[in-house]
Amino acid sequence: MSHQPIIHTLSVYVSNKPGVLARIAQVFARRGFNIESLVVSPAMDGKFSRMTIGISGNPGMLDQIIKQVSKLIDVISCKDHTGDEAVVRELALVKIRCGADRRSEALQIVEHFACKTVDLTEKSMIIMATGDSDKVDAFVRMIKAFDVVELVRTGKVLMVRGEQPT
Amino acid sequence: MIASTEHMKLDGAQALVKCLEAQGVEYIWGLSGGAAIPIFDALVTTGTKIKLILVRHEQGATHMADGYARATGKPGVVLVTSGPGATNTITGIMTAHMDSVPMIVITGQTITPMLGKDAFQEADVFGLTMPVVKHSYLIKNSNDIPRIVKEAFHIASTGRPGPVLMDIPKDISSGPFTGGTLDPEMDLPGYKPEIEINQDHVKAIAAALAKSKRPVILAGHGALIARAFPTIEKLAEKLKAPVTTTLLGKGAFNEEHPLALGMLGMHGTAYANKAMVECDLVMSIGSRYDDRIIGQASKFCKDAVRIHIDIDIAEINKMINVHHYCIGDARLVAEELMKHVSELDTKEWLKHLDGYKKKYPLKYGKQGGLKMQHILDELYKMTGGKIIVSTDVGQHQMWAAQFLKTVRPDDWLSSGGAGTMGYGFPAAIGAQFGKPEEQVWAIVGDGGFQMTMCELSTACVHKLPVKVLVLNNHYLGMVRQWQELFYDDRKSGVDLEGNPDFAKLADCYPGAKGFTLKRPADIRKILKRAMEYNDGPCVINAECEKTDNVFPMIPAGRALEDMIIERPRYKMEKPTGST
Repeated sequence: MSHQPIIHTLSVYVSNKPGVLARIAQVFARRGFNIESLVVSPAMDGKFSRMTIGISGNPGMLDQIIKQVSKLIDVISCKDHTGDEAVVRELALVKIRCGADRRSEALQIVEHFACKTVDLTEKSMIIMATGDSDKVDAFVRMIKAFDVVELVRTGKVLMVRGEQPT
Repeated sequence: MIASTEHMKLDGAQALVKCLEAQGVEYIWGLSGGAAIPIFDALVTTGTKIKLILVRHEQGATHMADGYARATGKPGVVLVTSGPGATNTITGIMTAHMDSVPMIVITGQTITPMLGKDAFQEADVFGLTMPVVKHSYLIKNSNDIPRIVKEAFHIASTGRPGPVLMDIPKDISSGPFTGGTLDPEMDLPGYKPEIEINQDHVKAIAAALAKSKRPVILAGHGALIARAFPTIEKLAEKLKAPVTTTLLGKGAFNEEHPLALGMLGMHGTAYANKAMVECDLVMSIGSRYDDRIIGQASKFCKDAVRIHIDIDIAEINKMINVHHYCIGDARLVAEELMKHVSELDTKEWLKHLDGYKKKYPLKYGKQGGLKMQHILDELYKMTGGKIIVSTDVGQHQMWAAQFLKTVRPDDWLSSGGAGTMGYGFPAAIGAQFGKPEEQVWAIVGDGGFQMTMCELSTACVHKLPVKVLVLNNHYLGMVRQWQELFYDDRKSGVDLEGNPDFAKLADCYPGAKGFTLKRPADIRKILKRAMEYNDGPCVINAECEKTDNVFPMIPAGRALEDMIIERPRYKMEKPTGST
């Protein structure tokens, strides 16, 4: 049995100012939450930023944490979207050592997971995978059959389905 | 309104001072240094009416601003330099943050091109203070100063108040201000302190009250901040419900009122704590159900209906789970609630509690040496409680809370959440500046007083008639009490040998006066002489019994029913709760 912690995905809408991320990170750290993934980028209105934060920790504290984050002056809203009807995506880049002998095997995996090769040399390949986290996880498991030089994942971004804002 | 500045040439610091003036600032407590020189200069060149009070240590400045803010309700303003000047304010900022006190702290900073380069007297005070401020700014453009000052005061003094820090690099304070208006719009899209009261929540609370036969109202600091005391009195009288207050809520309900139970919690009155154990409903108005008052959280009022009225939603269900809550300003919620409640049948309950008041009064023995409680009791009797009292932290604080009943709002200043030793005396100075017509007493221990007694100079310069009562037992008494009760009386690091003679010390300062109190028979005489000395501060060195203990006591982390009323003969287990 695996005891993987539940990862909650919070969407935080903030003023795009220096120090905001540090203030939010401090709220999590003080209460023993670990940031599993973090994506920050400007919103449509460049005055604001959207943070999508994957966190794990004592679920009994989550409500308190959301209230504490919401209380920060620069935070416009903070919502937990775990379990919501939402589009969740992440992107991974994987560099593998792969010569001509195993190239077609690698490309089979790329094709199956609808990935793309974004760099190709005689001895290596960079593959870009996108999708929800489970799909990216599955892809990573398969590609491990090769000699993986490095792996970079963006972390999740999330948007609620339908006409309501996230 | 501030006039257009088109024709005036201001620098950033001058714009800052003009903006502080526009906020109605009367005093700035501060200490200068390289990075703050332009701002101190602007206090001269602008010809401002704001009075600069030069302190002797930056921590003192923050506590003075804090004392001023608690006594007047207006934000206190602090101005210090970068690096150590700024770091010395952190204790005071944290103290204000824990107790929701409005404060503006302006720190000088190295010039912007040097930020992050370990420049002389550079400290990342923005980062250092982040967990202990309500909000903070590192100002990178002189033209932002008016907006930021306006926002800072708005944030500090509205909603749940707190300290706001402005870090101003020297090139920003000395650079030209070309921002036009000094009264710009605020830009705070994430801050909405006005809360619409949820009528359904109010009605649910009223319905729960209607069923209660043994209610208790618990009034906290939020009730004072919201100026809710007349409403709470009316509400309590209408309901015929008894009222207990937290340490910081002292003054939110007249402690001489027949419905008053006094302070509850770790060293609260026996009858207040027994009321909590036996009540069928507890309604907090502006308290945060702090660990000092609830003891063991899982047992606190566990069979009672628990209600929480607070302005800060993050306090709801934080320490204990409640059945009903309402978010909003304590006064406004209490006023709404008044419309929906009627008298409860509490005759039996009140009679029962009166029995406890008679059976377990606050008491002390008068035999033996000089008792701190005796002095405080006499002080209360002589003044009728019509004095402002500022305390330090420890045994004297708890006895002051017990024996100096608070009968008016804003009379009781004490570091509750932070428990900051050294708070009492500078806070009394700040209160005296804010309320010059009032008699202000700093009730301090010999340990805490030595942390900030350098401010005697500040009090002397301004001829402030603050009365400092040093309840001197030559120990860090509260820790010694714990060591006696829980650590087999092994004294470790509590003996304050090397204390000066505090009365002689006072006499060294120009305009200050020292008194010595050794015998119980002299208490009234010495207190009277201190009250009559108004040419400057005075210090009473009261040589008290060394090893007295504060009771009642609920050991940290234990339930309220485990309260001990006098020293037990058996050895007690070490408490598991925090401090």
